[in-house]
Amino acid sequence: MRHVLRLTAIGYLLTLLVVPVAVVVYRALEPGPAEVWASVTTPAAISAFWLTLIVTAIAVPLNAIFGVLTALVIERSRSRGRRLLDVILDLPFAVSPVVIGLALVLVYGRDGWLGWLPVQVLFSLPAIVLATVFVSIPFVAREVAPVLREIGDDAEQAAATLGANRWQTFRRITLPAIRWGLATGVVLSTARALGEFGAVSVVSGKVAGDTMTLTLLVEQRFQNFDLAGAYAASALLAVIAVAVLLLMTLMQRRAEA
Amino acid sequence: MIRRLALLPLLAVALVAAACGGASDENEAAGATSGAGHSANALSLVAYSTPQVVYDEIIPDFRATAEGKGIDFKTSFGASGDQSRAVEAGLKADVVSFSVEPDMERLVEAGLVEPTWRENQHKGLVTTSVVSFIVRKGNPKNIKTWDDLLKPGVEVITPNPFTSGAAKWNVLGAYNYGGLDYVRELFIEHVKVQPKSGREALQDFVSGQGDVLLSYEYEATTAQKKGEELDYVIPDDTVRIDITFATTKDAPKEAQVFADYVLSEPAQQRFADWGYRPVNKAVLNKNKSKFPTPRKLAGIERFGGWEKVNDELFDPDTGSIAKIEEELGVPMES
Amino acid sequence: MSAATVAAPAKARPARTRGPGLSLGFGVSTLWLGLIVLLPLAAVVVRSLDASFWTVVTSRQAVSSLVFTLWISIAVAAINAVMGTLLAWVLVRDRFPGRRLVDLLIDLPFALPTIVAGLTLVAVYPDVRFTKWAVLLALLFVTLPFVVRAVQPVLLALDRDVEEAAASLGARPRTTFRRVILPALMPAILSGAALAFARAVGEFGSVVLISGNIPFETQVASVYVFKRLESDDPAGAAAIAVVLLGISVLVLLVLRLIQTWGRR
Repeated sequence: MRHVLRLTAIGYLLTLLVVPVAVVVYRALEPGPAEVWASVTTPAAISAFWLTLIVTAIAVPLNAIFGVLTALVIERSRSRGRRLLDVILDLPFAVSPVVIGLALVLVYGRDGWLGWLPVQVLFSLPAIVLATVFVSIPFVAREVAPVLREIGDDAEQAAATLGANRWQTFRRITLPAIRWGLATGVVLSTARALGEFGAVSVVSGKVAGDTMTLTLLVEQRFQNFDLAGAYAASALLAVIAVAVLLLMTLMQRRAEA
Repeated sequence: MIRRLALLPLLAVALVAAACGGASDENEAAGATSGAGHSANALSLVAYSTPQVVYDEIIPDFRATAEGKGIDFKTSFGASGDQSRAVEAGLKADVVSFSVEPDMERLVEAGLVEPTWRENQHKGLVTTSVVSFIVRKGNPKNIKTWDDLLKPGVEVITPNPFTSGAAKWNVLGAYNYGGLDYVRELFIEHVKVQPKSGREALQDFVSGQGDVLLSYEYEATTAQKKGEELDYVIPDDTVRIDITFATTKDAPKEAQVFADYVLSEPAQQRFADWGYRPVNKAVLNKNKSKFPTPRKLAGIERFGGWEKVNDELFDPDTGSIAKIEEELGVPMES
Repeated sequence: MSAATVAAPAKARPARTRGPGLSLGFGVSTLWLGLIVLLPLAAVVVRSLDASFWTVVTSRQAVSSLVFTLWISIAVAAINAVMGTLLAWVLVRDRFPGRRLVDLLIDLPFALPTIVAGLTLVAVYPDVRFTKWAVLLALLFVTLPFVVRAVQPVLLALDRDVEEAAASLGARPRTTFRRVILPALMPAILSGAALAFARAVGEFGSVVLISGNIPFETQVASVYVFKRLESDDPAGAAAIAVVLLGISVLVLLVLRLIQTWGRR
């Protein structure tokens, strides 16, 4: 039985994941290491790289903090509104990037609801962050909530009766327990933030050197017949994602030790 | 662990500081530096996607001239409709260029471009092109005319005119030749798929789909220049594609200097080298051999202008082309 | 006394003792979600009212694309529920060479921009191009991590005591799975499936490339929304988006209800 399961799983993964990703890596490396290096170190690529990292470095911690908070509210509080929170949390996902772009323009655009704000939101960093957060909002909460539910709050209650305040309880009991869920959520959130294309495409303005993220760069290279360059940039994204995952796993191991 | 997470925003700030200090060159092509992109003197060029390769050459040329010295550029390229909507929504733009006139008119209506944008000697255009057939190298299926497209077994690719405003030119070409009946037969019998945009259609074609791609002349020449193996045919009876170009209302005077340069010989020659038909008559004449004149060439005027065309043909609910698209579908299963 | 009841100790009791303290948390979460999510969505709803809502939404292409999108997203969610659980199981409970590598790769479908996803899929499976299978394939690719990653943490946190107790009482592995493990995983599975559904509904970039967007056949709702926008009808686009959103909310609510009902 175990072998059947294993084979099915591996088969599914091979067809759906491994082979396509291998193709990306292969196509990226095809022109040879020197060309690939040149491709990912053009000024445009470097600026896109940094922008993507910055956006991710802002969006993910925000998602982590609010995600844990939301998960706690959903699974540990008595508020009636938590069911609503629960449903709203999944909404952003169901919204196609075109609509997200439209929505953000309607709010922050020149004629938008908040268009009068003196801060430049659209077509600059804040809008990219907003769009990225929008599409990656559910992850941390969705990973942490089921774990919170599964482990129950016995230990937390015990800690409370022993005199620990809420922050202590959280830091010493809850947080270690949800570690895996949180880590997974952060990784998912990061990967999603890295790979976001559609919504960012609408609200970034695609100003070369300013608001081009790596995903937008990939598209631009496809547009300009630079397939090898496009794959190289995609491979870079994949590398970053894997690096983050490795980092998380390492941090996990050390926390456990 | 949460402590480490909290470090990330600090890291972000550090990264921002680093990035601001670093080079922020924009063009992928031969080192066109714009300096740190924060100078007040930067001109913003917002254009549709395909001429990026040309502007990548024109801008450095311009900056090497006396008038262009010291002028920095911020460029943005994307699908014509997307770019136009972005400018309308607040994307800063000093010089704009779109592949269909309604994308420019949108900005006029928003008060961002003067209504007089087309009243210069070139009627507001920067280049033109013609609707053409892109075929496999050697033209194995011997496709020369619109009628050839209707030959049994010929598969035609054209981007969907509702997802790509620029694709409307292709449909107009077909409509110009044989009216709605021709368009109907073409779409129902021969157009199997309609990619989202012109470039995607080209990529599809290059990767082996279809026998013929309806596209612009310069798409073919640009692709060829980039090493793709294909040929193109200009049918006898086709439509002229007008590429619009203008400066915005609040643009600094350098914008007009740049605009004048783009319409002048050296820049127009750059366009010609990539296959765009220059509007500058002198340059057009010099490159005559590259740009054969089709026997019959219709412009948008023939159809009464874009507003009429969009209403009658391309309205998503009542337009004739929309109705033909409806006929394409199999009845819905519930 | 069935194994199921044995498997439900104090853990099943709702843990709602920190109510008062979290009202601030509730306020903050609501504010956050409100600003980031609700405000923009509200703008879309308001905009959609400018359109001749009913006409747009009941047009043949709109209905066809909405129906197609829904069915295929539900299918994707279902397939993911099964395969995702299987994958999580194999990744957590099994040991085979390359397991760690595979674990690493699972999140990649996300980190790749959707255009790349689309293009690589047709490069590897050219025959599905422009068919409904292309849409299915693209959607399965971009939703791969959801259920897996939802179930993994729960599996890892799962207390083996109950399983061992059941085994020692003579339960076969299959029974143990069905009555002990599965109920514990259900919330996570449904949670992940909900995410997969939502993502599938909104997916644009990969699908638009490889599905051919054939009206009434492979055109998904998000592409039709884009058509409306490009045809200078943002209100119509908003209208269809609102309908899609409404239906997604319904499906998500149903999933939540199944979860609650299943717990009784």
